[in-house]
Amino acid sequence: MAQIVLFAPLLGALIAGFGWRIISEQGAMWVTTGLLFVAALFSWIIFLTLPGETQQIEIMRWISSGSLDTYWAIRLDRLTAIMLIVITSVSALVHLYSMGYMAHDDNFREGEHYKARFFAYLSFFTFAMLMLVTADNLVQLFFGWEGVGLASYLLIGFYYRKPSANAAAMKAFVVNRVGDFGLALGIFALFFLVDSINFDDIFAAAPEIAETQMTFLWREWNAAEVVAVLLFIGAMGKSAQLFLHTWLPDAMEGPTPVSALIHAATMVTAGVFLVCRMSPVMEFAPAALAFVTFLGAATAFVAATIGLVQTDIKRVIAYSTMSQLGYMFVAAGLGAYSVAMFHLFTHAFFKAMLFLGAGSVIHGMHHEQDMRNYGGLRHKMPYTFWAMMIGTLAITGVGIPLLYIGFPVGFAGFISKDAVIEVAWAGSGAGFAFWTLLVAAAMTSFYSWRLMFLTFYGEPRGDRHTHEHAHESPKVMLAPLGVLALGAIFAGMIWYKPFFGENEKIATFFNIPAAEEMADAPEHADEGLGAAAEELAEGDVGAAVEAITEDTGGEGEGEHHHFAFGGAPGDGAIYIGPENHVLDDAHAAPAWVKVSPFVAMLLGLALAFQMYIRRPELPAKLAENQRPLYLFLLNKWYVDEIYDALVVRPAVGLGRLLWRRGDGNVIDGGINGVALGIIPFFTRQLGRLQSGYIFTYAFLMVLGIALLITWFTIFGGAN
Amino acid sequence: MGNLLSLTTFFPLLGAAILALFLRGDDEAAQANAKWVALATTAATFIISLFILFGFDPSNTDFQFVEEYDWLLGMSYRMGVDGISVLFVMLTTFLMPLVIASCWTVTHRVKEYMIAFLVLETLMLGVFMALDLVLFYLFFEGGLIPMFLIIGIWGGKERIYASFKFFLYTFLGSVLMLVAMVAMFAQAGTTCIAACPEDVVPLLEYTFAAETFPLLGIQIVGGLQTLLWLAFFASFAVKMPMWPVHTWLPDAHVQAPTAGSVVLAAILLKMGGYGFLRFSLPMFPVGTEVMAPLVLWLSAIAIVYTSLVALVQADMKKLIAYSSVAHMGFVTMGIFAVNQQGVDGAIFQMISHGFISGALFLCVGVIYDRMHTREIDAYGGLVNRMPAYAAIFMLFTMANVGLPGTSGFVGEFLTLMGVFQVNTWIAAVAATGVILSAGYALWLYRRVVMGDLIKESLKSITDMDRRERAIFAPLIVMTILLGVYPALITDIIGPSVENLVAGVETAQAEWQPVARVAEAAADLSE
Repeated sequence: MAQIVLFAPLLGALIAGFGWRIISEQGAMWVTTGLLFVAALFSWIIFLTLPGETQQIEIMRWISSGSLDTYWAIRLDRLTAIMLIVITSVSALVHLYSMGYMAHDDNFREGEHYKARFFAYLSFFTFAMLMLVTADNLVQLFFGWEGVGLASYLLIGFYYRKPSANAAAMKAFVVNRVGDFGLALGIFALFFLVDSINFDDIFAAAPEIAETQMTFLWREWNAAEVVAVLLFIGAMGKSAQLFLHTWLPDAMEGPTPVSALIHAATMVTAGVFLVCRMSPVMEFAPAALAFVTFLGAATAFVAATIGLVQTDIKRVIAYSTMSQLGYMFVAAGLGAYSVAMFHLFTHAFFKAMLFLGAGSVIHGMHHEQDMRNYGGLRHKMPYTFWAMMIGTLAITGVGIPLLYIGFPVGFAGFISKDAVIEVAWAGSGAGFAFWTLLVAAAMTSFYSWRLMFLTFYGEPRGDRHTHEHAHESPKVMLAPLGVLALGAIFAGMIWYKPFFGENEKIATFFNIPAAEEMADAPEHADEGLGAAAEELAEGDVGAAVEAITEDTGGEGEGEHHHFAFGGAPGDGAIYIGPENHVLDDAHAAPAWVKVSPFVAMLLGLALAFQMYIRRPELPAKLAENQRPLYLFLLNKWYVDEIYDALVVRPAVGLGRLLWRRGDGNVIDGGINGVALGIIPFFTRQLGRLQSGYIFTYAFLMVLGIALLITWFTIFGGAN
Repeated sequence: MGNLLSLTTFFPLLGAAILALFLRGDDEAAQANAKWVALATTAATFIISLFILFGFDPSNTDFQFVEEYDWLLGMSYRMGVDGISVLFVMLTTFLMPLVIASCWTVTHRVKEYMIAFLVLETLMLGVFMALDLVLFYLFFEGGLIPMFLIIGIWGGKERIYASFKFFLYTFLGSVLMLVAMVAMFAQAGTTCIAACPEDVVPLLEYTFAAETFPLLGIQIVGGLQTLLWLAFFASFAVKMPMWPVHTWLPDAHVQAPTAGSVVLAAILLKMGGYGFLRFSLPMFPVGTEVMAPLVLWLSAIAIVYTSLVALVQADMKKLIAYSSVAHMGFVTMGIFAVNQQGVDGAIFQMISHGFISGALFLCVGVIYDRMHTREIDAYGGLVNRMPAYAAIFMLFTMANVGLPGTSGFVGEFLTLMGVFQVNTWIAAVAATGVILSAGYALWLYRRVVMGDLIKESLKSITDMDRRERAIFAPLIVMTILLGVYPALITDIIGPSVENLVAGVETAQAEWQPVARVAEAAADLSE
């Protein structure tokens, strides 16, 4: 079954890419979409019937060299299953949506065929992404990793006549390669340490790696930290975290369904997936995790500030994506991998929905993307309006705080984002992450509502003609929105417990064994002491102390008894170390922490309402008064400009210098100047170029014969 | 089939002889005949060589299909293949028919052109099979002549400068190698590399003196081995080419006709890498140990340096030529990491680069045939009129940047993995090459293929015809096949490489105690 999920999209891509002339463009669209729905159906079956233990399905040998032995294989555990349903569901819906969205495109001329190519790329992307998440070793993951990069490149540059699209495509690929550079080195380091790059071997060796020192570049480091940081550099590239984020906003040059699928729901979350997948190693690298947390929080904040002032509807959502990815990394960095996956999961639904909704608006407004030219569209596009409204309610985190009826009540984003923020509060040294995320949450609310108000409320602005012809999108585009809306509303409430709510559910869900002390101490009251005694017997004093203190904390919670995660690294889909109590601490967060994101959301909403509904002249005034700040944000903190000045130009300049001076003057002119000085002399002598070769030939022959004769005369007789 | 290797090697020469002796005239029919004869000859050679491949036993690390004849003056004609060389033979025979097919549009002195390529094929095959020093030298140096002529006669405007530069660089390197061969003969008393008569110790098993001695006031660590190593290095480094003796390559490529460029990049360069594996590593393990850090650093520099230079090229062929140098940097790096992954990766990279760089030069050739310019600025928006070309060029661009799933990835990945175990600095510096290669390759693609078709001159350009597609088809198949199932190569080279690496490591381990004793003695005497 997993094979069908994996290869159906590839089959679709091949049929659409090479066979569309036979089955027509229409046929290619239906085939790819149909296969994706098949894949999605099977993914859900896999997800819902997943057995506890990890399954591995080998397909074929891949790279083997000495002790390196890798296979094309499918690894099926909870992490994979979650990603499977996210990828195939969103992809299937985006395929369907694209049938409407790509039906006509002004970027192509009459009679040009582009649809089959588009669908082939989409399906190919899906295949590569599935390869990434089903990988059983790091090279196959790398294959998927670069494969999605290629698909992203092709799709961003889909409008190949637009120079800006071509530039954006290239930028995306190259910036991602910077991340891949780190990821590749991380893989090499792991092979160096473990002599294998299969996940099982790596996970089993993780505790040992943590004890190892390795020389990397200029000094000795803890091996686990080196590996974790290198892998995370890869994640930074793919998931557009700070310093390697510049490609994501530009990637909006691609058609909107692409933005929804690749640059919101799936590909950009690959970095988060990687960190969670490598949790057995990450757990042993506290410094690297602190770095992940810090960078995630910083990204969430910076992206949110930029999102405040952007006017292109897609760019606002792009920065919002970047910001939300930061949230996920904070959760992962603090050791709450399940929470990171939770937010990844819900975010996929509501963010895909926001993008597809934006696409619907853009489609209805004849490819106008500037929100300043929108306004009052809720009457013209009621369905789109409601879809976007649900998406906005989800991303800003609307729900009923503190109400718990077996599960919290609210939109998906409310539940998962609050979980992240509670984790941030609970995590070690979390002051920074908590407050940053809280401020970012307020800003998220502000820019999301700003988007809503500018687009759907107020008076129509901009070109009157466009507004007159604004229309609701066809059903084929609205249906996917409806499905995603279900996810955006209910995903959080349904899956609250196995991702965040209850440790026991999490353990079952991710197949994490219970800690020893639970199993061995049947009596509740004795649990802590019994476990402590055991730990002491094993000589682990620290763990013993924890077993006691922790248990009393758990008792205080009342009815739901305490559950501790156990097992060795690699036993479950994620690994939670014995010292990692962030989930317990998050559950114990005080009420004000649990309410704070909701308050932040209200603040953002109120401010947006004030500025864009009640006093629409205010934003312009503010931009005027705070001009430097406004420009700073509008120009995205000038990161692109800085990189251009510090990296791109120097690289090209250095290339030119090395070529003209290095190759030209130094090497050709210096080392070989003497020898090559002869050439012009000869050519002058020869005059006619025609006869040049005859001379050379003779010269060569004479020289060769002379050498041979010398050889034989001197040494020939020695034998 | 006792003479399979000789048959393969000299079959092209037979075709050349037929052309030289029986083909008269220079009219269209004669030209067509010449091309067909050459194509048939190379295709037949490929088929013959398949018998080598299928008869080859990878688990046996000895030389196979060995042939031996006494030759003049006590030397012998000795041929054989092992896991390291057999794939180079296959690469050569596989590519030559494609090379010939790519010359179909040539009209200038076609008969001679075909003869040059056929002779060249014989000489290249001989290099990979020769098991005697003198024989190897003759093939190795002989290959210069036809290539020199191909550039000098059928090349571009600056062909004389380029061909001389090519000749001088490679020949000066070879002179040193010749001296070293003489010295080897003087010490070992034989020119036999392997599979020798029973009373002779083959060079591959001979231990050359490695005692440190002073020369002109410098302590030569590793003694004679280091000196011999250096002499061979001079020749192979130029051939690869390694930085900083690479500057002949861009000029040669730019001036060479398309088919010449393909042969040069795809096969001739590999002779340097093959030489390292056949001579430098197994025969001079101590020299290798002493000098490996130098080679590793030169390789890392080469990757970054030439990638940066490639970034600013205005001539398509020059850009690809520099990219070739960068990719050869991975090869030398892998070889001198001296471990299984490194050497496996290096051989894989050489084979894969044969397909990819060959295809890239053919890609340039396709549009050069139409527009007669290699200036990047003269193009733009080709995708509008040449979708098939755009797709193929995209594939090979991606293969060139080492996208997983193409053969380009496996070699880069393995060599980097190999070198990481030796020195993380080298690995980190070299790995920046994957960023830079994406930069220059996509930048080239964007300027040539993407965008709107604005230039008047390109408005009527036609897409690839059937012949051109047929040439690319085998290359596409190989690039993807090897990327998805690299075991096709690694299974064949694996045992031989393991044997090679183990031998080198043993010899190095034996040397170290000796060297330490010598050092201790020196300390005592002071």
